[in-house]
Amino acid sequence: MLELKHDLSKCLICDTYDCLTRCQYLKLDVESARAEIERLAKGSWSRVLEDCVTCYACEEYCKKGNHPFYFIVEEQERRGILTAPKPIVRQWIQLAEPLGEKPRKARKPLLSMCFFPGLEHVLESRLFEGVDVIMGRHVFCNLVYLHFAKPSLIKERLPKVVEAIAQHGVDEVVFYHDECYSTFTHYAKAIGLEVPFKPIHLFEFLYRRLRELEVKPLGLKVAYQRPCSSRLTPEKEHWVDDIFNLIGVERVEREYDRENALCCGSIFKLQGRYDLAVDVQRRNIEDMVKHGAEVCVFNCPNCYWTLSELVAKRGIKPLLMSQLCQLAIGERPKGWTG
Amino acid sequence: MKDRIYKALVEIVGEEYVSANPEELYIYSYDPGVAGPRRPDYVVLPKTTEEVQRIVKLAYEEGIPVVPMGAGLTLTGLTVPLKGGIVVDLRRMDQILEVNERARYAIIEAGVTHGQLKAYLERHHPRLKHSLPDAPPSATVAGNALIHGQGRLSQQYGFTSDMINGLEVVLPNGEVCRLGSCAVSPYWFSRAPLPDLVGLFVGWLGTTGIVTKLSIKLYPRKKFRDVEVFVTEDPELVPEVVYRVTYTEMVEDVDIWAQPYPPIYAGLQHTSIYLTGDSDEELEFKRRMVWDALKDIIDRREGGFMMLTPDMKATLLATPQPSVARIADVKKGGGFSYVGAIIPVDRFPEAYRRGIKISERHGIGTYSFMARVVGRGHALMFAWSYPFNRADPDSVERARRALDETDELALELGGIPWKPGVYGQRLIMERMDSTALRLLREVKRLLDPKGIMNPGNWEVS
Repeated sequence: MLELKHDLSKCLICDTYDCLTRCQYLKLDVESARAEIERLAKGSWSRVLEDCVTCYACEEYCKKGNHPFYFIVEEQERRGILTAPKPIVRQWIQLAEPLGEKPRKARKPLLSMCFFPGLEHVLESRLFEGVDVIMGRHVFCNLVYLHFAKPSLIKERLPKVVEAIAQHGVDEVVFYHDECYSTFTHYAKAIGLEVPFKPIHLFEFLYRRLRELEVKPLGLKVAYQRPCSSRLTPEKEHWVDDIFNLIGVERVEREYDRENALCCGSIFKLQGRYDLAVDVQRRNIEDMVKHGAEVCVFNCPNCYWTLSELVAKRGIKPLLMSQLCQLAIGERPKGWTG
Repeated sequence: MKDRIYKALVEIVGEEYVSANPEELYIYSYDPGVAGPRRPDYVVLPKTTEEVQRIVKLAYEEGIPVVPMGAGLTLTGLTVPLKGGIVVDLRRMDQILEVNERARYAIIEAGVTHGQLKAYLERHHPRLKHSLPDAPPSATVAGNALIHGQGRLSQQYGFTSDMINGLEVVLPNGEVCRLGSCAVSPYWFSRAPLPDLVGLFVGWLGTTGIVTKLSIKLYPRKKFRDVEVFVTEDPELVPEVVYRVTYTEMVEDVDIWAQPYPPIYAGLQHTSIYLTGDSDEELEFKRRMVWDALKDIIDRREGGFMMLTPDMKATLLATPQPSVARIADVKKGGGFSYVGAIIPVDRFPEAYRRGIKISERHGIGTYSFMARVVGRGHALMFAWSYPFNRADPDSVERARRALDETDELALELGGIPWKPGVYGQRLIMERMDSTALRLLREVKRLLDPKGIMNPGNWEVS
């Protein structure tokens, strides 16, 4: 089992500083990284805390089983660093403020759509036949507040969310959004919270569903846009390739995929980093074009909403993973014109 | 006499287009706001200027009040016949007579609606558009222009009344006149360089004549339109945001809105900034200029651009905005009104704060503000909205009191209630420069010596 507490002493004896040297945004060499770690250890000012774009990637880069991203976020909050403008943070806090929604008794398979109003149409598919669906503020995982240096808010809200989901009376729950899955498999443990149900990732669910249905190979070249939260649970990333193999699509081996994935940029804009967002989006999409991607596949609805129009303008069709799977079973997802 | 007038009106427009039936008069006794009921004696729907002319001549000779009406959507009771008489419903005068593509104007009849003109231009003149207000599509272009309305192009080009090139008007004695360049030229392209008589019929709320045709300016329609929303939590910052954004001269429309529901919006001010362009590059250039203009506010962490889902964006980009209709029915019962006031931009913070207090004090249940920037920040049209349940007299009365108090607030802030109802008009006239007030009375008397035009409005005691 992972040790989910961050231990700064491990960082001080690290010889690679992967968390910082592999960071695609801080761009630190080994010497500078060491200096920053020492500053952090002393409790001094460090540009890491100011310049961290909260992409989560260091959580995956660290091979020592430490948890640099959690440490950074905790430190940002402790030192009162604002990663985004105050009204934006307030807006996001208010967005998911529970309004007294009541859990109901549910049945298996139970799918949580987190809190994405406007996304209900993706469930109109044989893939989700017989699936019981929940969505709302009361099942919102709250992990997004890591971007806003508000781990205390997650710690405050998450136990209630876990309890609300558990009250549905089902011992396993499929999570549409990677962020929810990563919350309940990883972050909850990090804060010592017991999760009384088994989280199932959407991709695992889709893979198993596809195995029960007649699948036609699609023969498409696909770019995958990894979401930030997938850095917390890289062990389940194989489902992406498993699905792609099953439905006969080629995952283009581009520069900004897998551990080298780039953020969709939406959070950068919220933080006020406009130039960075534009640059990252441009590089990311150029990379997809260069490698001949015909489709860009997403898990995270926010990534999808952020990049859809931009990839479409470059001739690449945007699809959520479940929509790609719909194509493989002969369905046409909403808006698909291929 | 009633029978005689009715017959005379039938003689003018035909039986089908006159009514003295109580059930039809009832419909015209209200508007969607809190005004009314005041029942007219007749409703008549003319088709031509000549018919309007004959109706007005008849009314003039008989000394009967005449109330001109477009779609009747002012919400402040301006087409409710306060002293009875004839409501002249102009909606059958719905011809788009000419569009001059090069000089960018349209000559239209008074009953042409915004929805109609929008659809017509999209189909026949895709490179042109007019300034569309966030009123229902059934609102008339002339009605909006003649009450100094605002629309989607007001930030760039001012009030809709600033977009009038010329008018055809039936005067209270039944004479017809043309004003603007069309008074001397076949082209309805300008109000300059003549003495500006158009002003005698704009903002007068139908008390000086009936406008039957107008020429309205049209503007380039760019291929792409996008929106960004800048969020602040301190209303004091909003005038600065507006100042900076309008300084860039890169944006089409700027609106500020605030509402507590859904909770994501509570306690925040949202400045919607609309960008247009003929290419991605043009849009991106403009977007960057706007971001740069606000950068240090973002860096100080006092404001930022919010994320917009496709649904949010679609709502914001819709013209007119469907959200206006949603707010209108929040209380159910179909009652909605607002005080729109033309105020200086820097009075936004106080208008915002005191508006919340008025909503609370009168038990409105929710506040909802929208402010449209007019002319590069030269003014704001600040709208305090008050939904109410028409079936609940107490709810109507509370809204009425809130509206009256808001009229007073607007004046206290140095602003002026827009398209004011009778109460607002009285407040304005009480504060008006005495010579200006006398001039107003004399001009009105000169044009309408018998006082038949929409009596009860702009009545100087």
